[in-house]
Amino acid sequence: MGCGLCEVYCTVQHSKSKDIIKAYNKENPRPISRVKLEVHKPVSFAIQCRHCEDALCVTACLSGAMQKDEETGLVTHDTEKCIGCWTCIMVCPYGAIKMDASGKAVSKCDLCAELEVPACVANCPNGALVYKEVKP
Amino acid sequence: MPKYVIVGASAAGIGAVEAIREVDPIGTITVISEEPCPQYSRPMISDLISGKADFEKMKCRDDHFWKKNDVQALTGRTALSLNLSDKYVALDKGDHVNFEKLLVATGGKPFIPKIEGANKNGVFTFTTLSDAESLAAKIEKAKSAVVIGAGLIGVSVTEALVKRGLKVTMVELQDKILSLILDPTASEMVENAIRKAGVTIATGQTIQRVIGKTENDNIVGGAVLTSGEQVQCDLVIIAIGVIPRMELVSGTDVKTNRGILVDKFMRTNVSDVYASGDVAEAYDFVFGENRLLPLWPLAQLEGKVAGYNMAGKKADYLGGTAMSALKYFGVPIISIGIANPKDDAAYESIVKHEPERNLYRKIVLKDNAIVGVTLVNDIERAGILFHLMKNGVNVKKFKQELLSDDFCLATLPRSLRRKLYPGEYK
Ligand SMILES: Cc1cc2nc3c(=O)[nH]c(=O)nc-3n(C[C@H](O)[C@H](O)[C@H](O)COP(=O)(O)OP(=O)(O)OC[C@H]3O[C@@H](n4cnc5c(N)ncnc54)[C@H](O)[C@@H]3O)c2cc1C
Repeated sequence: MGCGLCEVYCTVQHSKSKDIIKAYNKENPRPISRVKLEVHKPVSFAIQCRHCEDALCVTACLSGAMQKDEETGLVTHDTEKCIGCWTCIMVCPYGAIKMDASGKAVSKCDLCAELEVPACVANCPNGALVYKEVKP
Repeated sequence: MPKYVIVGASAAGIGAVEAIREVDPIGTITVISEEPCPQYSRPMISDLISGKADFEKMKCRDDHFWKKNDVQALTGRTALSLNLSDKYVALDKGDHVNFEKLLVATGGKPFIPKIEGANKNGVFTFTTLSDAESLAAKIEKAKSAVVIGAGLIGVSVTEALVKRGLKVTMVELQDKILSLILDPTASEMVENAIRKAGVTIATGQTIQRVIGKTENDNIVGGAVLTSGEQVQCDLVIIAIGVIPRMELVSGTDVKTNRGILVDKFMRTNVSDVYASGDVAEAYDFVFGENRLLPLWPLAQLEGKVAGYNMAGKKADYLGGTAMSALKYFGVPIISIGIANPKDDAAYESIVKHEPERNLYRKIVLKDNAIVGVTLVNDIERAGILFHLMKNGVNVKKFKQELLSDDFCLATLPRSLRRKLYPGEYK
Protein backbone atom coordinates (compact mmCIF):
# COMPACT_ATOMS: atom_id res chain seq x y z
CA MET A 1 0.00 0.00 0.00
CA GLY A 2 3.06 2.23 -0.04
CA CYS A 3 2.85 3.51 3.54
CA GLY A 4 6.61 3.84 3.79
CA LEU A 5 6.84 2.49 7.34
CA CYS A 6 9.54 0.08 6.20
CA GLU A 7 11.77 3.03 5.36
CA VAL A 8 11.03 4.71 8.66
CA TYR A 9 11.84 1.64 10.74
CA CYS A 10 14.92 0.87 8.67
CA THR A 11 16.20 4.39 9.20
CA VAL A 12 15.62 4.18 12.93
CA GLN A 13 17.18 0.74 13.23
CA HIS A 14 20.32 2.01 11.52
CA SER A 15 20.50 5.24 13.47
CA LYS A 16 22.79 5.87 16.40
CA SER A 17 20.01 6.58 18.86
CA LYS A 18 17.51 3.96 17.65
CA ASP A 19 14.91 6.55 18.55
CA ILE A 20 12.56 7.70 15.86
CA ILE A 21 12.41 11.35 16.85
CA LYS A 22 16.10 11.70 17.54
CA ALA A 23 17.00 9.82 14.38
CA TYR A 24 14.90 12.09 12.21
CA ASN A 25 15.43 15.41 13.95
CA LYS A 26 18.77 15.34 15.67
CA GLU A 27 21.18 13.05 13.90
CA ASN A 28 23.32 14.76 11.36
CA PRO A 29 23.69 13.44 8.76
CA ARG A 30 20.33 11.79 9.11
CA PRO A 31 20.75 8.03 8.68
CA ILE A 32 19.28 6.71 5.47
CA SER A 33 16.89 3.88 4.93
CA ARG A 34 18.43 0.84 3.29
CA VAL A 35 15.12 -0.38 2.03
CA LYS A 36 13.54 1.57 -0.77
CA LEU A 37 9.89 2.00 -1.34
CA GLU A 38 9.38 1.78 -5.07
CA VAL A 39 6.27 3.50 -6.26
CA HIS A 40 4.76 3.69 -9.69
CA LYS A 41 1.09 4.07 -9.04
CA PRO A 42 -0.79 1.83 -8.55
CA VAL A 43 2.19 -0.45 -8.02
CA SER A 44 4.31 -0.14 -4.90
CA PHE A 45 6.69 -2.45 -3.16
CA ALA A 46 9.76 -2.37 -0.99
CA ILE A 47 13.11 -3.38 -2.34
CA GLN A 48 16.25 -4.22 -0.44
CA CYS A 49 19.41 -6.26 -1.04
CA ARG A 50 18.45 -9.80 -2.12
CA HIS A 51 21.72 -11.29 -0.86
CA CYS A 52 22.07 -12.92 -4.28
CA GLU A 53 23.65 -16.32 -4.63
CA ASP A 54 25.89 -15.11 -7.43
CA ALA A 55 26.19 -11.57 -6.20
CA LEU A 56 27.48 -9.28 -8.93
CA CYS A 57 28.29 -6.58 -6.40
CA VAL A 58 30.79 -8.90 -4.71
CA THR A 59 32.68 -9.70 -7.91
CA ALA A 60 32.59 -6.06 -8.93
CA CYS A 61 33.75 -4.60 -5.61
CA LEU A 62 37.09 -2.85 -6.07
CA SER A 63 38.08 -2.78 -2.42
CA GLY A 64 36.84 -6.07 -1.00
CA ALA A 65 34.25 -4.29 1.16
CA MET A 66 31.42 -6.34 -0.32
CA GLN A 67 31.75 -10.01 0.57
CA LYS A 68 29.64 -13.12 0.48
CA ASP A 69 29.60 -14.78 3.87
CA GLU A 70 30.08 -18.44 3.11
CA GLU A 71 28.34 -19.62 6.24
CA THR A 72 25.29 -17.40 6.40
CA GLY A 73 24.98 -16.70 2.68
CA LEU A 74 24.60 -12.99 3.48
CA VAL A 75 26.21 -10.37 1.32
CA THR A 76 28.01 -8.27 3.88
CA HIS A 77 29.30 -4.75 3.43
CA ASP A 78 32.18 -3.29 5.40
CA THR A 79 31.77 0.49 5.49
CA GLU A 80 35.34 0.96 6.74
CA LYS A 81 36.73 -0.75 3.66
CA CYS A 82 34.31 0.84 1.21
CA ILE A 83 35.85 3.52 -1.00
CA GLY A 84 32.61 4.75 -2.49
CA CYS A 85 33.59 3.91 -6.06
CA TRP A 86 29.94 3.14 -6.92
CA THR A 87 30.85 0.04 -8.92
CA CYS A 88 28.40 -2.11 -6.94
CA ILE A 89 25.63 0.41 -7.62
CA MET A 90 26.38 0.05 -11.31
CA VAL A 91 25.94 -3.73 -11.33
CA CYS A 92 23.13 -4.38 -8.84
CA PRO A 93 20.20 -5.53 -10.99
CA TYR A 94 17.74 -4.48 -8.29
CA GLY A 95 19.12 -1.01 -7.76
CA ALA A 96 19.22 -1.98 -4.10
CA ILE A 97 22.46 -0.27 -3.13
CA LYS A 98 22.51 3.39 -2.17
CA MET A 99 25.04 6.05 -1.37
CA ASP A 100 25.12 6.49 2.38
CA ALA A 101 24.55 9.74 4.18
CA SER A 102 28.23 10.71 4.02
CA GLY A 103 28.24 10.36 0.24
CA LYS A 104 31.57 8.55 0.58
CA ALA A 105 30.46 4.94 0.87
CA VAL A 106 27.51 2.80 -0.03
CA SER A 107 24.85 1.38 2.19
CA LYS A 108 22.57 -1.59 1.80
CA CYS A 109 20.34 -3.96 3.70
CA ASP A 110 22.15 -6.05 6.32
CA LEU A 111 18.97 -7.92 7.29
CA CYS A 112 19.27 -6.17 10.65
CA ALA A 113 22.08 -8.40 11.83
CA GLU A 114 21.34 -7.79 15.50
CA LEU A 115 17.61 -8.50 15.29
CA GLU A 116 15.86 -11.78 14.84
CA VAL A 117 13.48 -10.36 12.26
CA PRO A 118 14.48 -7.32 10.18
CA ALA A 119 12.86 -4.09 11.30
CA CYS A 120 11.08 -3.53 8.00
CA VAL A 121 9.44 -6.95 8.16
CA ALA A 122 8.52 -6.71 11.82
CA ASN A 123 6.83 -3.36 11.27
CA CYS A 124 5.06 -3.92 7.96
CA PRO A 125 1.41 -3.38 8.85
CA ASN A 126 0.22 -5.21 5.80
CA GLY A 127 2.33 -8.35 6.01
CA ALA A 128 3.65 -7.46 2.58
CA LEU A 129 7.25 -7.98 3.66
CA VAL A 130 8.19 -11.49 4.64
CA TYR A 131 11.49 -12.83 5.80
CA LYS A 132 12.34 -16.25 4.46
CA GLU A 133 15.22 -18.12 3.00
CA VAL A 134 14.85 -19.15 -0.59
CA LYS A 135 17.02 -22.00 -1.70
CA PRO A 136 18.61 -21.37 -5.06
CA MET B 1 52.84 -31.46 -9.39
CA PRO B 2 50.61 -28.40 -8.97
CA LYS B 3 47.38 -29.00 -10.72
CA TYR B 4 46.55 -25.38 -11.31
CA VAL B 5 49.09 -22.66 -12.02
CA ILE B 6 48.04 -19.03 -12.20
CA VAL B 7 50.37 -16.28 -13.33
CA GLY B 8 49.23 -12.97 -11.87
CA ALA B 9 47.51 -12.52 -8.53
CA SER B 10 45.31 -9.53 -9.08
CA ALA B 11 41.60 -9.33 -9.94
CA ALA B 12 41.59 -12.20 -12.43
CA GLY B 13 43.94 -14.42 -10.42
CA ILE B 14 41.89 -13.95 -7.25
CA GLY B 15 38.64 -14.67 -9.08
CA ALA B 16 40.15 -17.88 -10.43
CA VAL B 17 41.38 -19.08 -7.03
CA GLU B 18 37.95 -18.53 -5.49
CA ALA B 19 36.19 -20.37 -8.29
CA ILE B 20 38.60 -23.30 -8.34
CA ARG B 21 38.19 -23.78 -4.61
CA GLU B 22 34.40 -23.76 -4.91
CA VAL B 23 34.67 -26.76 -7.18
CA ASP B 24 37.89 -28.49 -6.19
CA PRO B 25 38.85 -28.25 -2.54
CA ILE B 26 42.06 -30.24 -2.82
CA GLY B 27 43.77 -29.81 -6.21
CA THR B 28 47.01 -27.93 -5.63
CA ILE B 29 47.11 -24.30 -6.74
CA THR B 30 50.27 -22.32 -7.35
CA VAL B 31 50.07 -18.60 -7.97
CA ILE B 32 53.02 -16.70 -9.36
CA SER B 33 53.18 -12.97 -8.86
CA GLU B 34 55.95 -10.63 -9.72
CA GLU B 35 54.80 -8.15 -7.15
CA PRO B 36 56.18 -8.66 -3.66
CA CYS B 37 52.72 -8.44 -2.27
CA PRO B 38 49.92 -9.90 -4.29
CA GLN B 39 46.31 -9.19 -3.55
CA TYR B 40 45.66 -5.52 -3.28
CA SER B 41 43.21 -3.33 -5.05
CA ARG B 42 44.98 -1.74 -7.98
CA PRO B 43 42.36 0.99 -8.42
CA MET B 44 43.13 2.06 -4.86
CA ILE B 45 46.69 3.12 -5.52
CA SER B 46 45.41 6.68 -5.85
CA ASP B 47 43.95 6.40 -2.35
CA LEU B 48 47.44 5.57 -1.14
CA ILE B 49 48.66 8.82 -2.70
CA SER B 50 45.81 10.94 -1.34
CA GLY B 51 46.21 9.41 2.09
CA LYS B 52 42.69 7.99 2.10
CA ALA B 53 43.98 4.44 2.40
CA ASP B 54 47.04 2.78 3.83
CA PHE B 55 48.28 -0.53 2.54
CA GLU B 56 46.18 -2.42 5.07
CA LYS B 57 43.01 -0.92 3.67
CA MET B 58 44.11 -1.63 0.12
CA LYS B 59 44.11 -5.37 0.62
CA CYS B 60 41.01 -6.61 -1.14
CA ARG B 61 41.01 -9.97 0.61
CA ASP B 62 41.92 -10.79 4.18
CA ASP B 63 45.41 -11.83 5.20
CA HIS B 64 44.51 -15.49 5.32
CA PHE B 65 43.27 -15.54 1.76
CA TRP B 66 46.09 -17.66 0.32
CA LYS B 67 46.33 -19.92 3.30
CA LYS B 68 42.61 -20.37 3.63
CA ASN B 69 42.45 -21.39 -0.01
CA ASP B 70 45.49 -23.59 0.35
CA VAL B 71 47.39 -21.74 -2.34
CA GLN B 72 51.12 -21.80 -2.77
CA ALA B 73 51.79 -18.13 -3.48
CA LEU B 74 55.15 -17.49 -5.10
CA THR B 75 55.41 -13.76 -4.65
CA GLY B 76 58.13 -11.56 -5.97
CA ARG B 77 58.74 -14.17 -8.65
CA THR B 78 58.56 -13.63 -12.38
CA ALA B 79 57.34 -16.19 -14.88
CA LEU B 80 59.84 -15.91 -17.70
CA SER B 81 58.52 -18.27 -20.33
CA LEU B 82 56.13 -21.09 -21.04
CA ASN B 83 56.80 -24.53 -22.35
CA LEU B 84 53.42 -25.64 -23.55
CA SER B 85 54.37 -29.09 -24.83
CA ASP B 86 56.04 -30.15 -21.59
CA LYS B 87 53.56 -28.04 -19.63
CA TYR B 88 55.69 -25.95 -17.36
CA VAL B 89 56.31 -22.32 -16.51
CA ALA B 90 59.95 -21.26 -16.28
CA LEU B 91 60.60 -18.86 -13.43
CA ASP B 92 63.35 -16.41 -12.65
CA LYS B 93 66.22 -17.91 -10.61
CA GLY B 94 66.19 -20.92 -12.91
CA ASP B 95 63.43 -23.10 -11.48
CA HIS B 96 60.16 -24.06 -13.05
CA VAL B 97 56.63 -25.09 -12.12
CA ASN B 98 54.68 -27.79 -13.93
CA PHE B 99 51.00 -27.44 -14.53
CA GLU B 100 47.99 -29.39 -15.59
CA LYS B 101 45.93 -26.25 -16.16
CA LEU B 102 47.41 -22.81 -16.62
CA LEU B 103 45.80 -19.40 -16.30
CA VAL B 104 47.58 -16.40 -17.77
CA ALA B 105 46.32 -13.45 -15.74
CA THR B 106 49.24 -11.14 -16.30
CA GLY B 107 47.14 -8.00 -16.70
CA GLY B 108 48.39 -4.85 -18.29
CA LYS B 109 51.38 -2.59 -18.26
CA PRO B 110 51.40 1.14 -18.74
CA PHE B 111 51.67 2.42 -22.26
CA ILE B 112 54.67 4.74 -22.39
CA PRO B 113 54.99 6.94 -25.45
CA LYS B 114 58.41 8.11 -26.58
CA ILE B 115 58.97 11.41 -24.88
CA GLU B 116 62.29 13.14 -24.77
CA GLY B 117 63.48 13.46 -21.21
CA ALA B 118 61.18 10.75 -19.87
CA ASN B 119 64.15 9.14 -18.13
CA LYS B 120 64.53 12.06 -15.73
CA ASN B 121 64.05 11.67 -12.03
CA GLY B 122 60.45 12.60 -11.26
CA VAL B 123 58.73 10.86 -14.17
CA PHE B 124 56.33 8.12 -13.06
CA THR B 125 53.92 5.62 -14.45
CA PHE B 126 50.88 4.79 -12.37
CA THR B 127 49.67 1.21 -12.35
CA THR B 128 51.22 -0.69 -9.49
CA LEU B 129 51.65 -0.39 -5.76
CA SER B 130 55.34 0.20 -6.26
CA ASP B 131 54.62 3.02 -8.73
CA ALA B 132 52.39 4.57 -6.10
CA GLU B 133 54.95 4.13 -3.33
CA SER B 134 57.70 5.75 -5.39
CA LEU B 135 55.42 8.63 -6.28
CA ALA B 136 54.23 9.01 -2.69
CA ALA B 137 57.81 9.34 -1.53
CA LYS B 138 58.26 12.41 -3.74
CA ILE B 139 55.08 14.24 -2.93
CA GLU B 140 56.06 15.95 0.27
CA LYS B 141 58.69 18.01 -1.52
CA ALA B 142 56.79 18.57 -4.75
CA LYS B 143 54.64 21.58 -5.52
CA SER B 144 53.33 20.80 -8.95
CA ALA B 145 52.74 17.98 -11.38
CA VAL B 146 51.85 17.34 -14.99
CA VAL B 147 49.62 14.35 -15.64
CA ILE B 148 49.71 13.02 -19.18
CA GLY B 149 46.41 11.44 -20.13
CA ALA B 150 42.96 12.36 -18.86
CA GLY B 151 41.37 8.94 -18.83
CA LEU B 152 40.25 7.07 -15.74
CA ILE B 153 43.77 6.61 -14.35
CA GLY B 154 44.81 10.19 -15.14
CA VAL B 155 41.78 11.64 -13.41
CA SER B 156 42.21 9.41 -10.39
CA VAL B 157 45.85 10.33 -9.85
CA THR B 158 45.06 14.01 -10.46
CA GLU B 159 42.45 14.01 -7.73
CA ALA B 160 44.88 12.37 -5.32
CA LEU B 161 47.61 14.92 -6.09
CA VAL B 162 45.20 17.81 -5.65
CA LYS B 163 44.22 16.42 -2.26
CA ARG B 164 47.88 16.53 -1.34
CA GLY B 165 48.01 20.19 -2.25
CA LEU B 166 49.81 19.98 -5.60
CA LYS B 167 49.12 22.25 -8.52
CA VAL B 168 48.26 19.90 -11.36
CA THR B 169 48.11 20.31 -15.11
CA MET B 170 46.35 17.56 -17.04
CA VAL B 171 47.35 17.12 -20.64
CA GLU B 172 45.07 15.20 -22.96
CA LEU B 173 45.50 14.49 -26.65
CA GLN B 174 41.77 14.28 -27.34
CA ASP B 175 39.53 17.35 -27.31
CA LYS B 176 37.73 16.14 -24.23
CA ILE B 177 38.77 14.45 -21.04
CA LEU B 178 37.55 10.89 -20.35
CA SER B 179 36.59 10.77 -24.02
CA LEU B 180 36.60 6.98 -24.15
CA ILE B 181 33.89 6.64 -21.56
CA LEU B 182 31.91 9.88 -21.59
CA ASP B 183 30.10 11.96 -24.15
CA PRO B 184 31.02 15.65 -24.48
CA THR B 185 28.27 16.84 -22.11
CA ALA B 186 29.19 14.49 -19.28
CA SER B 187 32.86 15.13 -19.91
CA GLU B 188 32.32 18.85 -19.56
CA MET B 189 30.50 18.37 -16.26
CA VAL B 190 33.52 16.60 -14.77
CA GLU B 191 35.87 19.02 -16.45
CA ASN B 192 34.15 21.92 -14.71
CA ALA B 193 34.49 20.21 -11.36
CA ILE B 194 38.16 19.48 -11.99
CA ARG B 195 38.86 23.07 -13.04
CA LYS B 196 37.07 24.32 -9.94
CA ALA B 197 39.51 22.28 -7.87
CA GLY B 198 42.30 24.38 -9.36
CA VAL B 199 43.53 21.97 -12.03
CA THR B 200 44.62 23.28 -15.41
CA ILE B 201 43.36 21.14 -18.27
CA ALA B 202 45.10 21.28 -21.63
CA THR B 203 43.23 19.27 -24.24
CA GLY B 204 44.21 18.53 -27.81
CA GLN B 205 47.80 18.42 -26.65
CA THR B 206 50.52 16.17 -25.46
CA ILE B 207 54.00 16.56 -24.05
CA GLN B 208 56.86 17.21 -26.45
CA ARG B 209 59.54 16.79 -23.89
CA VAL B 210 60.33 16.80 -20.23
CA ILE B 211 62.93 19.30 -19.17
CA GLY B 212 65.23 19.34 -16.18
CA LYS B 213 65.69 21.82 -13.40
CA THR B 214 68.24 24.55 -13.92
CA GLU B 215 70.30 23.38 -11.00
CA ASN B 216 70.13 19.68 -12.01
CA ASP B 217 69.11 18.59 -15.47
CA ASN B 218 68.46 15.01 -14.30
CA ILE B 219 65.58 16.11 -12.14
CA VAL B 220 62.21 17.04 -13.63
CA GLY B 221 61.70 20.78 -13.77
CA GLY B 222 58.99 21.15 -16.36
CA ALA B 223 57.25 19.90 -19.45
CA VAL B 224 56.87 21.39 -22.90
CA LEU B 225 53.45 20.96 -24.49
CA THR B 226 52.88 20.47 -28.22
CA SER B 227 51.81 24.12 -28.42
CA GLY B 228 55.28 25.02 -27.23
CA GLU B 229 53.98 26.25 -23.92
CA GLN B 230 56.21 25.35 -21.04
CA VAL B 231 54.71 24.21 -17.75
CA GLN B 232 56.83 24.18 -14.63
CA CYS B 233 56.50 21.03 -12.56
CA ASP B 234 58.32 18.76 -10.17
CA LEU B 235 56.60 15.56 -11.24
CA VAL B 236 55.36 14.08 -14.51
CA ILE B 237 52.91 11.19 -14.36
CA ILE B 238 52.30 9.13 -17.46
CA ALA B 239 48.73 7.84 -17.33
CA ILE B 240 47.86 7.16 -20.92
CA GLY B 241 46.51 3.69 -20.52
CA VAL B 242 47.45 0.07 -20.19
CA ILE B 243 48.36 -2.49 -22.78
CA PRO B 244 48.16 -6.26 -22.26
CA ARG B 245 51.27 -7.92 -20.87
CA MET B 246 51.81 -10.64 -23.40
CA GLU B 247 55.55 -11.28 -23.04
CA LEU B 248 54.85 -14.67 -21.56
CA VAL B 249 52.84 -16.00 -24.47
CA SER B 250 54.69 -14.28 -27.28
CA GLY B 251 56.56 -16.84 -29.33
CA THR B 252 54.25 -19.65 -28.17
CA ASP B 253 51.29 -21.12 -30.03
CA VAL B 254 48.86 -19.05 -27.99
CA LYS B 255 46.96 -16.83 -30.40
CA THR B 256 46.85 -13.12 -29.77
CA ASN B 257 45.45 -10.04 -31.33
CA ARG B 258 45.70 -6.89 -29.22
CA GLY B 259 45.27 -9.22 -26.28
CA ILE B 260 45.17 -12.98 -25.81
CA LEU B 261 42.26 -14.52 -27.69
CA VAL B 262 39.84 -16.53 -25.58
CA ASP B 263 36.54 -18.31 -26.09
CA LYS B 264 33.54 -18.02 -23.77
CA PHE B 265 35.11 -20.52 -21.39
CA MET B 266 38.21 -18.31 -21.21
CA ARG B 267 40.25 -20.95 -23.01
CA THR B 268 42.99 -19.93 -25.37
CA ASN B 269 43.54 -21.93 -28.55
CA VAL B 270 46.05 -24.12 -26.69
CA SER B 271 44.44 -26.84 -24.61
CA ASP B 272 44.65 -26.43 -20.83
CA VAL B 273 45.80 -22.83 -21.20
CA TYR B 274 43.37 -20.12 -20.14
CA ALA B 275 43.59 -16.34 -20.03
CA SER B 276 41.55 -13.72 -18.17
CA GLY B 277 41.56 -10.08 -17.20
CA ASP B 278 43.31 -7.12 -18.77
CA VAL B 279 45.56 -9.40 -20.81
CA ALA B 280 42.66 -11.09 -22.61
CA GLU B 281 40.26 -10.04 -25.32
CA ALA B 282 36.96 -11.22 -23.94
CA TYR B 283 33.45 -10.90 -25.30
CA ASP B 284 31.70 -7.54 -25.34
CA PHE B 285 27.97 -8.15 -25.61
CA VAL B 286 27.23 -4.66 -26.90
CA PHE B 287 29.67 -4.85 -29.76
CA GLY B 288 29.08 -8.55 -30.30
CA GLU B 289 32.80 -9.17 -30.52
CA ASN B 290 35.83 -9.80 -28.38
CA ARG B 291 37.90 -6.80 -27.37
CA LEU B 292 40.09 -5.37 -24.65
CA LEU B 293 38.15 -4.11 -21.66
CA PRO B 294 40.62 -3.39 -18.87
CA LEU B 295 38.24 -3.24 -15.93
CA TRP B 296 38.42 -4.75 -12.47
CA PRO B 297 34.92 -6.33 -12.26
CA LEU B 298 35.32 -7.94 -15.66
CA ALA B 299 38.80 -9.22 -14.84
CA GLN B 300 37.49 -10.82 -11.69
CA LEU B 301 34.48 -12.33 -13.43
CA GLU B 302 36.59 -13.67 -16.29
CA GLY B 303 38.98 -15.13 -13.75
CA LYS B 304 36.07 -16.83 -12.04
CA VAL B 305 34.82 -18.32 -15.29
CA ALA B 306 38.32 -19.57 -16.11
CA GLY B 307 38.62 -21.05 -12.62
CA TYR B 308 35.35 -22.97 -12.87
CA ASN B 309 36.27 -24.40 -16.24
CA MET B 310 39.79 -25.27 -15.16
CA ALA B 311 38.34 -27.20 -12.25
CA GLY B 312 35.92 -29.01 -14.50
CA LYS B 313 32.68 -27.11 -13.92
CA LYS B 314 31.36 -25.76 -17.20
CA ALA B 315 30.76 -22.04 -17.01
CA ASP B 316 30.15 -19.52 -19.77
CA TYR B 317 31.31 -15.96 -19.77
CA LEU B 318 28.20 -14.08 -20.81
CA GLY B 319 30.21 -11.08 -21.79
CA GLY B 320 30.87 -7.69 -20.39
CA THR B 321 31.00 -4.24 -21.84
CA ALA B 322 32.65 -0.94 -21.08
CA MET B 323 31.43 -0.03 -17.60
CA SER B 324 32.86 2.70 -15.45
CA ALA B 325 31.77 4.15 -12.18
CA LEU B 326 33.53 7.37 -11.27
CA LYS B 327 33.68 9.12 -7.94
CA TYR B 328 36.20 11.78 -8.69
CA PHE B 329 35.99 15.46 -7.80
CA GLY B 330 32.63 14.97 -6.14
CA VAL B 331 30.79 14.10 -9.35
CA PRO B 332 29.38 10.58 -9.26
CA ILE B 333 29.13 9.15 -12.75
CA ILE B 334 28.21 5.81 -14.22
CA SER B 335 28.81 5.06 -17.86
CA ILE B 336 27.93 1.71 -19.42
CA GLY B 337 28.26 0.59 -23.02
CA ILE B 338 28.16 3.16 -25.78
CA ALA B 339 28.51 6.78 -24.72
CA ASN B 340 29.21 8.26 -28.13
CA PRO B 341 27.12 6.43 -30.74
CA LYS B 342 28.24 6.64 -34.31
CA ASP B 343 26.38 9.12 -36.43
CA ASP B 344 24.08 6.45 -37.70
CA ALA B 345 20.30 6.35 -37.91
CA ALA B 346 20.33 2.98 -36.15
CA TYR B 347 21.11 4.71 -32.85
CA GLU B 348 18.73 6.87 -30.91
CA SER B 349 19.81 8.88 -27.89
CA ILE B 350 17.32 10.04 -25.31
CA VAL B 351 18.59 12.67 -22.94
CA LYS B 352 17.66 14.59 -19.83
CA HIS B 353 20.00 17.41 -18.98
CA GLU B 354 19.29 19.82 -16.16
CA PRO B 355 22.37 21.96 -15.64
CA GLU B 356 20.83 23.79 -12.68
CA ARG B 357 20.68 20.46 -10.82
CA ASN B 358 23.94 19.32 -12.35
CA LEU B 359 22.02 16.32 -13.59
CA TYR B 360 22.49 14.40 -16.78
CA ARG B 361 20.98 11.17 -18.00
CA LYS B 362 21.48 9.75 -21.42
CA ILE B 363 20.34 6.44 -22.80
CA VAL B 364 21.48 5.18 -26.16
CA LEU B 365 19.11 2.79 -27.91
CA LYS B 366 19.47 0.55 -30.88
CA ASP B 367 16.37 -1.19 -32.17
CA ASN B 368 14.67 -0.08 -28.96
CA ALA B 369 17.16 -1.93 -26.77
CA ILE B 370 19.53 -0.10 -24.45
CA VAL B 371 23.14 -0.11 -25.65
CA GLY B 372 24.45 2.80 -23.62
CA VAL B 373 23.77 4.48 -20.28
CA THR B 374 25.34 7.63 -18.88
CA LEU B 375 24.24 8.98 -15.53
CA VAL B 376 25.75 12.00 -13.84
CA ASN B 377 24.90 12.79 -10.22
CA ASP B 378 21.88 10.55 -9.78
CA ILE B 379 23.26 7.10 -10.29
CA GLU B 380 21.41 4.80 -7.93
CA ARG B 381 19.17 3.18 -10.52
CA ALA B 382 22.02 2.44 -12.92
CA GLY B 383 22.01 -1.27 -12.15
CA ILE B 384 18.40 -1.69 -13.24
CA LEU B 385 19.20 -0.06 -16.57
CA PHE B 386 22.26 -2.28 -16.91
CA HIS B 387 20.08 -5.32 -16.25
CA LEU B 388 17.64 -4.25 -18.98
CA MET B 389 20.63 -3.72 -21.24
CA LYS B 390 22.16 -7.13 -20.58
CA ASN B 391 18.85 -8.78 -21.27
CA GLY B 392 18.32 -6.91 -24.52
CA VAL B 393 14.88 -5.78 -23.36
CA ASN B 394 12.74 -3.86 -25.82
CA VAL B 395 11.99 -0.64 -23.93
CA LYS B 396 9.93 1.09 -26.59
CA LYS B 397 6.78 1.30 -24.46
CA PHE B 398 8.42 2.98 -21.50
CA LYS B 399 11.59 4.52 -22.83
CA GLN B 400 10.83 8.10 -21.73
CA GLU B 401 10.23 6.84 -18.22
CA LEU B 402 13.78 5.53 -18.09
CA LEU B 403 14.91 9.15 -17.80
CA SER B 404 12.45 10.11 -15.11
CA ASP B 405 13.53 10.98 -11.56
CA ASP B 406 11.12 8.33 -10.34
CA PHE B 407 12.38 5.52 -12.53
CA CYS B 408 12.59 2.35 -10.47
CA LEU B 409 11.76 -1.33 -10.60
CA ALA B 410 8.09 -0.53 -10.18
CA THR B 411 8.22 1.40 -13.46
CA LEU B 412 8.75 -1.79 -15.41
CA PRO B 413 5.66 -3.52 -16.75
CA ARG B 414 4.63 -6.34 -14.46
CA SER B 415 5.13 -9.09 -17.01
CA LEU B 416 8.64 -7.86 -17.73
CA ARG B 417 9.45 -7.59 -14.05
CA ARG B 418 8.40 -11.17 -13.57
CA LYS B 419 10.49 -12.34 -16.44
CA LEU B 420 13.62 -10.44 -15.45
CA TYR B 421 13.37 -11.12 -11.75
CA PRO B 422 11.96 -14.61 -11.50
CA GLY B 423 10.49 -15.53 -8.16
CA GLU B 424 10.04 -11.91 -7.06
CA TYR B 425 7.37 -9.25 -7.20
CA LYS B 426 4.32 -11.20 -8.17
C1 LIG C 1 44.98 3.86 -10.96
C2 LIG C 1 44.03 2.84 -11.51
C3 LIG C 1 42.67 3.03 -11.31
C4 LIG C 1 41.77 2.08 -11.79
N1 LIG C 1 40.46 2.29 -11.55
C5 LIG C 1 39.56 1.38 -11.96
C6 LIG C 1 38.18 1.55 -11.70
O1 LIG C 1 37.76 2.53 -11.07
N2 LIG C 1 37.33 0.62 -12.14
C7 LIG C 1 37.76 -0.48 -12.82
O2 LIG C 1 36.93 -1.30 -13.21
N3 LIG C 1 39.05 -0.67 -13.10
C8 LIG C 1 39.97 0.22 -12.69
N4 LIG C 1 41.30 0.03 -12.97
C9 LIG C 1 41.68 -1.14 -13.77
C10 LIG C 1 41.86 -2.40 -12.94
O3 LIG C 1 42.78 -2.17 -11.93
C11 LIG C 1 42.30 -3.56 -13.83
O4 LIG C 1 41.31 -3.81 -14.79
C12 LIG C 1 42.55 -4.85 -13.04
O5 LIG C 1 43.54 -4.66 -12.08
C13 LIG C 1 42.92 -5.99 -13.98
O6 LIG C 1 43.23 -7.13 -13.25
P1 LIG C 1 44.12 -8.31 -13.83
O7 LIG C 1 44.08 -9.37 -12.81
O8 LIG C 1 43.69 -8.63 -15.20
O9 LIG C 1 45.58 -7.73 -14.00
P2 LIG C 1 46.53 -6.79 -13.16
O10 LIG C 1 45.78 -6.09 -12.09
O11 LIG C 1 47.26 -5.96 -14.13
O12 LIG C 1 47.52 -7.81 -12.45
C14 LIG C 1 48.39 -8.65 -13.13
C15 LIG C 1 49.43 -9.16 -12.18
O13 LIG C 1 50.25 -10.11 -12.84
C16 LIG C 1 51.60 -9.87 -12.54
N5 LIG C 1 52.42 -10.41 -13.63
C17 LIG C 1 52.38 -10.03 -14.94
N6 LIG C 1 53.27 -10.74 -15.66
C18 LIG C 1 53.87 -11.58 -14.79
C19 LIG C 1 54.88 -12.56 -14.93
N7 LIG C 1 55.42 -12.82 -16.12
N8 LIG C 1 55.28 -13.23 -13.83
C20 LIG C 1 54.72 -12.99 -12.62
N9 LIG C 1 53.75 -12.08 -12.44
C21 LIG C 1 53.33 -11.37 -13.51
C22 LIG C 1 51.68 -8.37 -12.42
O14 LIG C 1 52.83 -7.98 -11.71
C23 LIG C 1 50.38 -8.08 -11.69
O15 LIG C 1 50.55 -8.19 -10.32
C24 LIG C 1 42.23 0.95 -12.51
C25 LIG C 1 43.60 0.77 -12.69
C26 LIG C 1 44.50 1.69 -12.20
C27 LIG C 1 45.95 1.47 -12.42
